[in-house]
Amino acid sequence: MEKILQVKDLELSFNTFAGEVKAIRGVNFDLYKGETLAIVGESGSGKSVTTKSIMRLLPENSAEFKNGEILFGGRDLTKLSDKEMQKIRGKEIAMIFQDPMTSLNPTMPIGRQLTEPLLKHQKISKAEAKKVAIDLLRLVGMPKPELRMKQYPHQFSGGQRQRIVIAISLACNPQILIADEPTTALDVTIQAQILELMKDLQKKIDTSIIFITHDLGVVANVADRVAVMYGGKIVEIGTVDEIFYNPQHPYTWGLLSSMPSLDAADEKLYAIPGTPPDLLAPPKGDAFALRSEYAMQIDMEQNPPFFKVSDSHYAATWLLHPDAPRVEPPATVIERMKKFPGSRYYEGSRV
Amino acid sequence: MAEKLLEIKNLKQHFNVGKANEVRAVDDISFDIYRGETLGLVGESGCGKSTTGRSIIRLYDATSGDVFFEGENVHGKKSKKDLKKFNRKMQMIFQDPYASLNPRMKVMDIVAEGIDIHGLAKNAAERKQMVFDLLETVGLNKEHANRYPHEFSGGQRQRLGIARALAVDPDFIIADEPISALDVSIQAQVVNLLKELQEEKGLTYLFIAHDLSMVKYISDRIGVMYFGKLVELAPAEDLYKNPMHPYTQSLLSAIPLPDPDYERNRVRKSYDPAVHNYAEGEDVRMREITPGHFVQCSEREFESLKATSARI
Repeated sequence: MEKILQVKDLELSFNTFAGEVKAIRGVNFDLYKGETLAIVGESGSGKSVTTKSIMRLLPENSAEFKNGEILFGGRDLTKLSDKEMQKIRGKEIAMIFQDPMTSLNPTMPIGRQLTEPLLKHQKISKAEAKKVAIDLLRLVGMPKPELRMKQYPHQFSGGQRQRIVIAISLACNPQILIADEPTTALDVTIQAQILELMKDLQKKIDTSIIFITHDLGVVANVADRVAVMYGGKIVEIGTVDEIFYNPQHPYTWGLLSSMPSLDAADEKLYAIPGTPPDLLAPPKGDAFALRSEYAMQIDMEQNPPFFKVSDSHYAATWLLHPDAPRVEPPATVIERMKKFPGSRYYEGSRV
Repeated sequence: MAEKLLEIKNLKQHFNVGKANEVRAVDDISFDIYRGETLGLVGESGCGKSTTGRSIIRLYDATSGDVFFEGENVHGKKSKKDLKKFNRKMQMIFQDPYASLNPRMKVMDIVAEGIDIHGLAKNAAERKQMVFDLLETVGLNKEHANRYPHEFSGGQRQRLGIARALAVDPDFIIADEPISALDVSIQAQVVNLLKELQEEKGLTYLFIAHDLSMVKYISDRIGVMYFGKLVELAPAEDLYKNPMHPYTQSLLSAIPLPDPDYERNRVRKSYDPAVHNYAEGEDVRMREITPGHFVQCSEREFESLKATSARI
C-alpha cells in the first residue's frame, strides 16, 4: 500500500511559564492511501496536538518542534514556511473540528464559507465556485442546497452544521482528512448519519482519514487501523481487529474494560485509577506504569520500545519482552481474545 | 416498590407561549422517582430531557403540572426560607462544564458556595477541610483549591461541578449529561464514584444523558423522550432487551459498540413518526405493557404490543 504521510520520531513541546510541556514524545506512524487511522487516547495524551502539528495549527510562539519530521509528498511539513503551509492547508490536508457550533463563522453565510477554500486554492470564477459549493452541499445530504447557501450557521442544527464543515473540508478533494472528534458533540442518531456519510465520501473520493476520538464504539465502526496514545506517545498500533480482539498494552486493556457493554450484568465498572501523567515532568519509564497493576520494576526505569506482535501490530510494553512473566489480562479482555485467531486464548475450532 | 421521593405529574414547560414560535419543550409528562434509585432520561438534543430536569429543580417555572418532592409541591408558593431548605436537598450537576463555573471565582469559593449559603461549616478551617475532602472525593487534589476554572480541562471542571453539588449533602441530584465531556477512563471513574456515593449516602439520581451504554449501566429505570414527550419508560435491562416503541428501537440501533465484528453487521433503523398512523383525536398515552414497562401508544398499538410481548 502507498504511504501518503509519514510521521517520524516527532517530538514537540510547549514553552509555558511553568516550564516545558513535552506534549509529544516521539511519535511514529504511517498513513496509507484510502485508509482510516483512528487515534484514541484521553485528553492530554497528545492526539489532538499530533494532528494539529501536521496541520501546523499550533501557536508558533509557544509550540516548538524538538525533533523528527512529518513527510508528505516528499516534503517535511515541520520545515515549511507559513506561506507554503497555507497552500497545503485546506487543499491537500483538511480538517474537521470537534465543535460544529464554533468552527463556522457566525457572521458569514455558509455559501461564502464554502466557496472560500475553492477561490483560495483553485483558479475558478465565483460562479463556478458557487456551483461546486451547491454540489458539495448536495453530496453531504443537505436538502435544498441553493436556498441554504444564503443562510447563516445559526439557522442550522448541530448535525447540519457538521455536514457543512465536512463539505467545506472536502471542497478541494484533500488527500488527507483529519477529523478531530467530529461526532462528539452530536447525538447518537446524528452521529450514526455523519459516520455513514464520512465512510461513503471516503469511498467516493479515496481520501485517507485520521480520525481522533475517545469513543471506542466509533473507532470500531470507522477505523481500519487504530493507534492508542498515552502520555505523548503511541503505546499500541494495529488493525482494528488486533486492537479490539488481541490488545497487548495494559492501557489498551484498561480502555477496553472501562466501557460498559450493553449486555453485561451489573458488575462494577473497571476504572483506570489515577490521572494522566503531568507532561511538564514526564515519568522516566513507561508513562502508564504508575496507573498500571501490571507494572514491573523495569517500567519505572526504562521506556519500553515497540515489540512486534504481527506485521501490522506493535505495542510498547515490557510485558512483551521474552523475559517478562506471563500475566493474565482482565477478564473482559480475555473474552475478547477468545475471538481472535493467533491470540493465546483463542477458542476457535481447530482444523 | 420503594417510597416515592419525587412525583412528576402532567408537567408542561412551554416557551414563548402565545407567540408564533411557541415551543412545547416538555409536553405533559408524568413519572415517579423512587428513593435510592437512578432514573435515566435519554433522547436526542432538543427532546426536552434537560428542560425536564431544569423544571423539576425549578430553574424554570413550569407552564403547568406539579412536581412533588417528599409530598411537597415544589412549584407551589414558597417562602425564601422554604426554598432554601428545599434547595439543599436537591442539587444539580450541569451539562456544560465551561459555562457552569464562575470564571472569576477560585475553586475554593466555587465549591464552598453552598457550604456558605447554608452555613454548614463552623469556621474557616473546617470550610477549607470540607472543600479539600470534596476535591479528593471527585479525584482532584487540594492544590487545585487555589486555582481558577480556566486552569482546568473540561473533565476536571465537571468534577468541580460534582464536588459543588455534593457540598451541601443533598438527597437528590439531577445530573444533566455529567459525563459527556469526560474521557472514557475518567467516565468510568465518575460513574463508579456516583454509584459509590449513592450506596453510601442513599442518594437518588435523575441521570440525563445521550450516551446510552453508560445510562444503562448506571440506571435502574430509563425513560426515553422524543419531542417533549416520554415515549417509553422501563427497567433498564428490559428496555435494552425488549424495546417496544419504534423510536427507542431506532435509538438503540444507532449506538456504536466497541466490537468491530458487531459494527460490521449492525443495521441501523430509522424512525419515522408516520409509522404510527394515528387517527385524528386517537387516545395516545402511556400504557403499561408488561409490569413496569410503559410505552406511549394508542389502544390499537397497545393490543398488538401486549400480544407480542406475551409471546416472548
